[in-house]
Amino acid sequence: MAVPTRRKFLRLTGQATIAGMVPMVSLRPLEATPAMLASAIRNVVGEAPVRTGKVKLDIPPLVENGNVVPMTVSVAGAMTADDHVRSIHVFNEKNPQPNIGNFYLGPYAGRAQVSTRIRLADSQKVVAIAHLSDGSFWSASADIVVTLAACDGELI
Amino acid sequence: MAAALINVPARAKRGDIIEIKTLMSHIMETGYRRTAAGDLVTRDIVTSFTCRYNGKEIFHADLFPAIAANPFLSFFIVAQDSGKFEFEWIGDRGFSETASASITVE
Repeated sequence: MAVPTRRKFLRLTGQATIAGMVPMVSLRPLEATPAMLASAIRNVVGEAPVRTGKVKLDIPPLVENGNVVPMTVSVAGAMTADDHVRSIHVFNEKNPQPNIGNFYLGPYAGRAQVSTRIRLADSQKVVAIAHLSDGSFWSASADIVVTLAACDGELI
Repeated sequence: MAAALINVPARAKRGDIIEIKTLMSHIMETGYRRTAAGDLVTRDIVTSFTCRYNGKEIFHADLFPAIAANPFLSFFIVAQDSGKFEFEWIGDRGFSETASASITVE
């Protein structure tokens, strides 16, 4: 063995640092990216344009516990046989998966409103898209700040 | 196991818009959490919820791991006829639960 020199020592620690970073890099795909959000939305709407409006997305803007976040999506307008909401799709930006839920309704619903409780892994944007009977898509989004994230550092 | 909680008004006037609330007891394991040993915990979620009103499907939901544990869903329906609401939850590992509620429409 050669006598350890300062140069060798620095080279070794440099390699160790690079090796230590690899697991962190492999963890990255666990987070959905804005690109995944966009492609999840494309899977639902196809090539149709998505306009902003009509949809109301109710989520508290500041959330203490990301494990249980109440959410209500409603769409303005009467529900008639000719003009109603076919489905409501909800997406997120930074959970491991971009989808949150798909909800299918019809004119017999009377009111286009769905409530549930969701998980948010980080402070992020949530997007709701409504598919109307005339084939148009309308959206609303909300930015939410999460203090205690869901899924983060949870070991069981 | 009585795992479901259902809230449907017992009576309604014909044409009223009523709210239906459902809660299913379920862990909704995301499949992204790890044990202390570093192994991924297998996903175990409810993937689908369906509500039928006198046999006709009136509401359906696809659920993902981003739905909180004990999935709660609320939605609306126009009260048309007296009869029965049937609810069905289907999930991973062969999970399947049903529940029902009656309504009197005047």
